[in-house]
Amino acid sequence: MTQDAYNFAYLDEETKRMVRRAILKALAVPGYQVPFASREMPMPYGWGTGGVQVSAAVMTPEDRFKVIDQGADDTTNAVSIRKFFERTAGVATTTRTEEASVIQTRHRIPETPLREGQILVYQVPIPEPLRFLEPRESETRKMHALQEYGLMHVKLYEDISRHGHIATAYAYPVKVEGRYVMDPSPIPKFDNPKLGRSAAIQLFGAGREQRIYALPPFSAAESLDFEDHPFDPSKADHPCALCGSEDSYLDEVITDDAGGRIFVCSDTDYCETRQARGYRGKDAA
Amino acid sequence: MYVAVKGGERAIDNAHDWLAEERRGDPSVAELSVAQIREQLALAVNRVMAEGSLQDADLAALAIKQARGDLIEAIFLIRAYRTTLPRFGATEAVDTGAMACDRRISATFKDLPGGQVLGPTFDYTHRLIDFALAAEGTPPEQPGPEAPEGAEQPMPRVMEFLNREGLIETPEPGEETPRDVTREPLELPADRALRLQVLSRADEGFLLSLAYSTQRGYARNHPFVGELRIGTVPLEMEVPELGFSVEIGEIALTECETVNQFTGSKSEPPQFTRGYGLVFGQSERKAISMALVDRALRWEELGEDDQGAPAQDTEFVLYHADNIQATGFLEHIKLPHYVDFQSELELVRKLRRESATRPAREAEECA
Repeated sequence: MTQDAYNFAYLDEETKRMVRRAILKALAVPGYQVPFASREMPMPYGWGTGGVQVSAAVMTPEDRFKVIDQGADDTTNAVSIRKFFERTAGVATTTRTEEASVIQTRHRIPETPLREGQILVYQVPIPEPLRFLEPRESETRKMHALQEYGLMHVKLYEDISRHGHIATAYAYPVKVEGRYVMDPSPIPKFDNPKLGRSAAIQLFGAGREQRIYALPPFSAAESLDFEDHPFDPSKADHPCALCGSEDSYLDEVITDDAGGRIFVCSDTDYCETRQARGYRGKDAA
Repeated sequence: MYVAVKGGERAIDNAHDWLAEERRGDPSVAELSVAQIREQLALAVNRVMAEGSLQDADLAALAIKQARGDLIEAIFLIRAYRTTLPRFGATEAVDTGAMACDRRISATFKDLPGGQVLGPTFDYTHRLIDFALAAEGTPPEQPGPEAPEGAEQPMPRVMEFLNREGLIETPEPGEETPRDVTREPLELPADRALRLQVLSRADEGFLLSLAYSTQRGYARNHPFVGELRIGTVPLEMEVPELGFSVEIGEIALTECETVNQFTGSKSEPPQFTRGYGLVFGQSERKAISMALVDRALRWEELGEDDQGAPAQDTEFVLYHADNIQATGFLEHIKLPHYVDFQSELELVRKLRRESATRPAREAEECA
């Protein structure tokens, strides 16, 4: 079978229409998980099938597409998904956050602030923020319906009493528009402040779990916390070794077998753009 | 100086090339043809069609070849391909009672109309490696073309005999078109039709283990194989332009109906109950497993106790039965997670710093 035998962006138009309906519903009820009839995609469940279906549903031939995994455009799965859409949709791709109209991401929000008209598509492994407190979907749906989030607050409180801090470092839950508690996908909590009041449309796709949810532009997404233990979006306390940035999220890279390590921006586009503008860190070339 | 590692793209291409080479194996050994797989590895082909939910033996055989014999990988290829196929409509319900049976056995009656037909079964083979098969090129001994006994006579379902005495529950045929689990999200509560759909495409190993657990006492339901039949049924479909049904082909099916114990309740006289399994192709291990699990999942409608057994837990069974979902999510932990790991690393370091200073501080406070 040739590439031409597949419809634009792989999915047939009926399926895309079904996904779009779920997206519209998700945008109408921010933070609510909309069930959708997720399809088997040519990449495994857990590898971004939800994000891929959402991207396929919103993509037009004029779009410019960017894919990041762990903030980087050149990680293997990001490369694989970008290639998939190059082959099946023939859309232009880019690594530049500013140039992209649709950005599919796994585990990060780009450092460069998003603008109106951009769509950020998250790959979501477990869409249910209450899942590890209550394994049953039938129960957690009831808890959301009744806004019964006490269990979550007890969990955060127990963390503080045991460790002195809330022991959730990524996939840190947020409350959307004062109503639904939402899992922001496994982004580091450092990224949480970028979720709320964003100018871009943020769509979350969970393929295996058959759920789509959304943050419409400029909606509120408050990280859960307590008055005496306010939310703290911490990161490694270093500047980037390549571009010198003091306020981007950093990856720790082991450089030798004697414990040597450096810290570099996880967002490769952000780091390269800064270097091109002449910013230099201590280990820059 | 540090330069970030690049080249994910080239690494992927190289991995694919190597994979293609490994798939082919030693080029001095003749390459397998799709027809050989279809004909000689038919049970593997059947499994891929059943769990891939797509009836196409050639495509399944090709998928097995491409997947290097990894059946779950082959099922995955079929499922992904299935996504791209349009749906024209639905066939009429098949009549398995009118099945042209290759095999039909009942464990509940010694003899019955239509007879016991063993068919091509491993059941009574001694599991001794047949070294004669290793000698390539020798055609196997062909028995004379003899029609199996009873092939011509009708084979009424065993359940119908029990039915006449009212000894077994009779499910009312539902009017509603069942939900389609491949076109709608799986939402609970799931009725029996939906549960059976999920079980029919579920992982064989998962169903086998669950069914086995019921036999060992985790929600035991005393099953007898009332009937197991394997054969082909015609598929009929009503074509809107014609206004009547036409036969569009035939498919092979394995059907298992179990007879299970039921003591009755205040409102119902004592009666046997049923478990049901139906799978594409010759797949009797799975059909029997499915019938046992189906029966275990029916505890609520039959007014039985929830024993807390895994096989009784609809949500647990339905959400974990699909091997494509399971294998994808399981294997995704191979993907990079260093952003999340980094955030955990920072947190653990912070907690350790604080716990190292805490004893000193507490000592000061006590002093």
